[in-house]
Amino acid sequence: MSLTIANSLDEILTSLAAGARPIAGGTDLVVGARQGKAPLPDSLVAIDRVTALSKIETVNGQVRIGAGVTHSRLMNDPMIVERYPGLADAAALIGSPSTRNVGTIGGNVMNGSPAMDTGAPLVTLGAVVELHSVGSTRQVALSDLWTGPGRTSANPDELCVYIIIPHPPARSGSAYVRLEYRRAMEIAVVGAGASVVLAEDGSIVSGRVAMTSVAPTIVELANASDAMVGLSPVEAATVIGAMASDQAVPISDLRGSDRYRRHTIGVMAARALDAAARRAGGEPIGVPVNRSLGIGAAR
Amino acid sequence: MNETYELEVNGVRYPINAAMDRNLLSVLRTEIGLTGTKEGCDDCECGACMVLIDGQPVNSCSYLAAQAQGREVTTVEGILDGDNLHPLQRNLLEEGGVQCGFCTPGMIMSAQALLTRNPSPTEEEIRIGLSGNLCRCTGYQRILAAVERTAAES
Ligand SMILES: Cc1cc2nc3c(=O)[nH]c(=O)nc-3n(C[C@H](O)[C@H](O)[C@H](O)COP(=O)(O)OP(=O)(O)OC[C@H]3O[C@@H](n4cnc5c(N)ncnc54)[C@H](O)[C@@H]3O)c2cc1C
Ligand code: FES
Ligand code: FES
Repeated sequence: MSLTIANSLDEILTSLAAGARPIAGGTDLVVGARQGKAPLPDSLVAIDRVTALSKIETVNGQVRIGAGVTHSRLMNDPMIVERYPGLADAAALIGSPSTRNVGTIGGNVMNGSPAMDTGAPLVTLGAVVELHSVGSTRQVALSDLWTGPGRTSANPDELCVYIIIPHPPARSGSAYVRLEYRRAMEIAVVGAGASVVLAEDGSIVSGRVAMTSVAPTIVELANASDAMVGLSPVEAATVIGAMASDQAVPISDLRGSDRYRRHTIGVMAARALDAAARRAGGEPIGVPVNRSLGIGAAR
Repeated sequence: MNETYELEVNGVRYPINAAMDRNLLSVLRTEIGLTGTKEGCDDCECGACMVLIDGQPVNSCSYLAAQAQGREVTTVEGILDGDNLHPLQRNLLEEGGVQCGFCTPGMIMSAQALLTRNPSPTEEEIRIGLSGNLCRCTGYQRILAAVERTAAES
């Protein structure tokens, strides 16, 4: 096996073109190899020293998050917490402090797990990824990126360089919650992200909901915005909860049966919506919502 | 195939000759000979292998040693103050936060990183800071007490 430590974006892209796989924090790649899921690739290029990948910048009315930004930084970045609290909720739930220190948003998104925590909030915030390869750049919507468990539509020579999120409208809020059996080192049994925009009277103008661990990929709840428009957040939570249980196609595994997941995704979707709407209304609910509102394990 | 590179551990530069897929834990213990860092699960779950890389806690069993090139690695051996125990070590002993001691080096590294970042943490913040470290023996309360006492003393 070989490992190159890249010092520039060009160096990474050239290595990828020559057949190397990127490693950021290695918390999926190395841990997966140790567990025997997939052997380490023959050729790796470490991307964690390239500063272009670790910036959080505002460009043309959008926020551009470098793929190498760690979960610790996301959950502590004041701008992310203020504008995209749903994303900060997710980052704060990942693993333990050490997982969050090395694990990156790019690794989370590109690993393509249906249980990834940053996926659902990113979908509800309208994020796209920017993929670079030697001589080419393209933006891909998340719904087109994830093609199955652990699979993406990115080519092997493409690097995710940025995750781009539009600025949220006024009177909007977002949140991500997950069902967990313990407070750390956990994988979502199910999870839900929501974003909503409120009218001045507090009714819902529009919203999006996405679900974790109930399908082969992170999935957006279809027709959510139409179903919510004009409703109060309390009414909308009931409607969205029922729709989430209806649209979920979960599997049974060690962590929960399909029936349990189908039921609890409804509960989580309703709670995500409730928290997002309360934030949109100006209520300061700390990150992560799971801890602030006591969702999931007691401690 | 082995390759040669250098690692900086506790302020000392060590030449390493090892395969590139070796994890940092095994290189620390068997190549460098620093056995304070423990192997519990070897699967990124228990935190016995916790070291600091550039001051941040990292599970060394699941981190490629070669990826730590150019970074500062700190192990439990590196926090001793000469021959004196570090306050966290002393307080863990005095509060009864050590029984078999297997989790202790990892606990110390996580606690040290926490206190550097946040010198007066709440109990909840200590729990979060240590949430990647499992202890088979103590029931955690005495470990929390030792960290609280260390924070209060400094
Ligand atoms: C103990 C533990 C707990 C965890 N808990 C959670 C959790 O609660 N929630 C959760 O969602 N995840 C969790 N994870 C999984 C993991 O930590 C996250 O998915 C993390 O964000 C992965 O980032 P990384 O930088 O470590 O990725 P790596 O392991 O470095 O890479 C993951 C994959 O993405 C590819 N890749 C990385 N960066 C890029 C890029 N920029 N462009 C293209 N491809 C890229 C790699 O080639 C690899 O295939 C946990 C892992 C561990 C070990
Ligand atoms: S030995 Fe590394 S986490 Fe258990
Ligand atoms: S003292 Fe035995 S594992 Fe903690």
